[in-house]
Amino acid sequence: MPDLSTSLKVEPTVFDISSPGRQGHYFPKSDVPQTNLPKGFVREDLPLPEIAEVDVVRHFTRLSQLNHGVDTGFYPLGSCTMKYNPKINEETARLAGFAKLHPLQPTETVQGAIGLMYELQEWLKEISGFTGLSLQPAAGAHGELTGVLIMRAYHKARGDEKRVKMLIPDSAHGTNPASSAMSGLKIVEIPSDSRGNIDMDALCAECDDTLAGIMITNPNTLGLFDENFKEVCDCVHEAGGLIYGDGANFNAIMGISRPADIGVDVLHFNLHKTFSTPHGGGGPGSGPVGVTEELAPFLPGPIAAVLDEGNAEEPPLFGLINPEKSIGRVKAFHGHFGVLVRAYTYMMMLGGEGLKAASEHAVLNANYIQARLRDTFTIPHDRICMHEFVLEGHWDDALDIHALDISKRLMDFGIHPPTNYFPLIVPEALMIEPTETESKETLDVFADTMIKIAEEAHTNPELLQTAPHNTPFGRLDEVKAARELVLCCWFPEDKEE
Amino acid sequence: MFLPHTDADREAMLRTIGVDSLEDLFCDLPDVNLFPEINLPPGMTEIEVLEEIQHIADANETTGELISFLGAGVYNHYTPAVVDSILRRGEFYTAYTPYQPEISQGTLQAIFEYQSMIVALTGMDASNASHYDGATAVAEAVNMAYHNFRGKRSKVILSPGLHPHYRETVHTYVVDSDIQLEGEDTPFDAGPEALIPLIDENTALVSVAYPDFFGRVFDYTKLVEAAHEAKALVAIHVNPLALGLLTPPGEFGADIVTGEGQSLGIPMAFGGPYLGIFATKDKYVRKMAGRIVGETQDTRGQRGFVLTLSTREQHIRRERATSNICTNQGLLALAAAVYLSLLGKNGLRQLAELNYHKAHYAAQQIASIDGFELANSETFFNEFTIRCPKSAAELNEALLHYDVLGGYDLGKSYKGLDDHLLIAVTEMISKEEIDHFVNALKEVSNA
Repeated sequence: MPDLSTSLKVEPTVFDISSPGRQGHYFPKSDVPQTNLPKGFVREDLPLPEIAEVDVVRHFTRLSQLNHGVDTGFYPLGSCTMKYNPKINEETARLAGFAKLHPLQPTETVQGAIGLMYELQEWLKEISGFTGLSLQPAAGAHGELTGVLIMRAYHKARGDEKRVKMLIPDSAHGTNPASSAMSGLKIVEIPSDSRGNIDMDALCAECDDTLAGIMITNPNTLGLFDENFKEVCDCVHEAGGLIYGDGANFNAIMGISRPADIGVDVLHFNLHKTFSTPHGGGGPGSGPVGVTEELAPFLPGPIAAVLDEGNAEEPPLFGLINPEKSIGRVKAFHGHFGVLVRAYTYMMMLGGEGLKAASEHAVLNANYIQARLRDTFTIPHDRICMHEFVLEGHWDDALDIHALDISKRLMDFGIHPPTNYFPLIVPEALMIEPTETESKETLDVFADTMIKIAEEAHTNPELLQTAPHNTPFGRLDEVKAARELVLCCWFPEDKEE
Repeated sequence: MFLPHTDADREAMLRTIGVDSLEDLFCDLPDVNLFPEINLPPGMTEIEVLEEIQHIADANETTGELISFLGAGVYNHYTPAVVDSILRRGEFYTAYTPYQPEISQGTLQAIFEYQSMIVALTGMDASNASHYDGATAVAEAVNMAYHNFRGKRSKVILSPGLHPHYRETVHTYVVDSDIQLEGEDTPFDAGPEALIPLIDENTALVSVAYPDFFGRVFDYTKLVEAAHEAKALVAIHVNPLALGLLTPPGEFGADIVTGEGQSLGIPMAFGGPYLGIFATKDKYVRKMAGRIVGETQDTRGQRGFVLTLSTREQHIRRERATSNICTNQGLLALAAAVYLSLLGKNGLRQLAELNYHKAHYAAQQIASIDGFELANSETFFNEFTIRCPKSAAELNEALLHYDVLGGYDLGKSYKGLDDHLLIAVTEMISKEEIDHFVNALKEVSNA
């Protein structure tokens, strides 16, 4: 047995609470004649735990209580859009008419489901200005890979094989370089200028006939809308490149500006950010990809389509189609349908005006916190920000305090820390995204707490360096975890060893 | 909707910021169609939305109303009430990736337990925290094997018995690399031995399924031996429920085990979200993509968990990372962990046997109908292939009138198999329903 602390906060593992002979769920006895089990293929040992139902429930309930979620408290994790996840989404996604559908059922038996996909495609196109859209990608990074593959396929289809260079600004999302590299592209990083925009000179110098395109996060990870955006798009387009838009920050611009209108050729959405589907402790996400008319034939299939318009008596007939020059599937079946139902529910609740109001208030909330913290923290690019902003988590007169210490101290006040140490271009970065669903009172508590922590950093730095104090766990030893590499519970079969 | 702001709040906040209106906050945006008209239906209240969406849901015919023998990688299983009750805890589902371990021990320990139970089930050494689904897990195995040989081996052998969607996904993923895919056109009825002649010094990976797409259960020991002789890796894709009964692929010597975790209590939900299982041997742990949770200690001496080996990942290694995966299937991994804890050692075995017996009863009954015949003599688990006297498409259409979803028409994915049905039988199907299916098949094949 591992050495378990006697602390009540440490929950034993499912293997620790296992006792031979217990079982948490039973199935009916077989109602068919038995068949001999397959000779030579029956496993001898199945080292799974044995636990009664009530203890399984208590175990996972206790584990849940060691978590901080949006339902627990403020979660201003920059770039992740931790907005409130409406409970109604959970109800609609679980309706038997959706949950009990097999993905390979004949399309005439799933007209509601395909119709919902079709309408969601249309709504996402309407709000972004794109002509084509696929709901298949499973998450943001998966959408990025899909988008990059589409860009590659487009260039190749024109016989333009030499376009292998992808530009990535240093203020872009962390997944962008890896997504491009997976598609065999050569990455060139473009620096930011003194106002946090893409450096135009550096950009134009790379715009040649080997350019596949640029991956832009706009608003960027500094929370700023690039003031040179139009010039960037023109420069890249003139060189024959395409603009990839990372839609992770789409929550800033719904009903304000449409990416396709201002020059973006491909964009992925994060339904688990902008469209309120839950983050699930690290997924499932959903990363639909929207594209311009030129790129639509390359989208991954299947895509929901109207096969027959119908008439006064007959409803339209929906079906699933594959675009003619499709890059192919990026996963099995039609995407994360359960997540799509949640996003659809959210868009239906808000409507066009509501989505616009969501973005306006997301930007209002971020600017409000930025204004309240301006005198206490260094804000490297102090402009009107979008739905998030970045400040520096250190002071020249408190050199022993780092962004990490501020983050850990925030936990003592029941607040999830902002994203720390990202973007890499800001020293000791703290990236703060409040989202629109937080009240002024919550924002004030956060700002007051940050100011109080800044004071502590100067008067009692140790308090920060040893934080958190009021959480069930103190700082965890990541070096030990990586060095000793225990990735798996103790199993009952190891007992004798 | 969902905005807590009062007019007074808004005014006070704008004043603090130093602007006059919400529109002033968007001064940096290009003046191209700024504040466009968005042509969406007007917002609605919860009552109205629920009514509308219930309507859409009702327009579908579900596997609750139809008797479904469809499998082909997605199976109609029972989800115990406990699983969804835990999944609905806001502390779990409204959290994100556990970047801050001090306030994420719930998610971290649950994933650690998930990893442990996947290890137990597969007979491998280590599991990651998940991939998107079975298809992308297989694609990541291809990626991992290719990078394991630093790109010096470019051949990947895919069994024709791998799910057609998975093979298509692999093709999409490798299109811009120098990886060559072989093996898919070997005769599907020749078995795994047919792949052995393809293995050579340039082979990075051999990828097979257990049970395979046709439902067949093969002993892969010889194939693994042949691959290892050429120093190539072998990835075996599993249905994890089958491992409640069958020899774990670790015993065949697999280097990588991938799987589709949907059969572990995850609803079919018209295609997702599901769970991509990925496990490997100790010596390849650092080559495995995706999040991994490891055990450690906190400053107070308590055992705790963190995301570990993050230097493999995209946010640190940037373009040198072998995969870009970030968000994965955290909540579905939790579902699988709860499910496996609940059923446990004996429950999973009982369920696997129940599936096995029902499928075998159905196979015997169907094979006894004139003109129908079991297409393979191999061992199978809960799914099997039947050669029919008529086209599968025709039969399926006719069966729908008997409220039966007949099975997967293999002609959709394999040339020359238009008269082959892939039939799955789970614990959700009773003997009466099997008999109803058999009678319906008799009638429609004579019609």
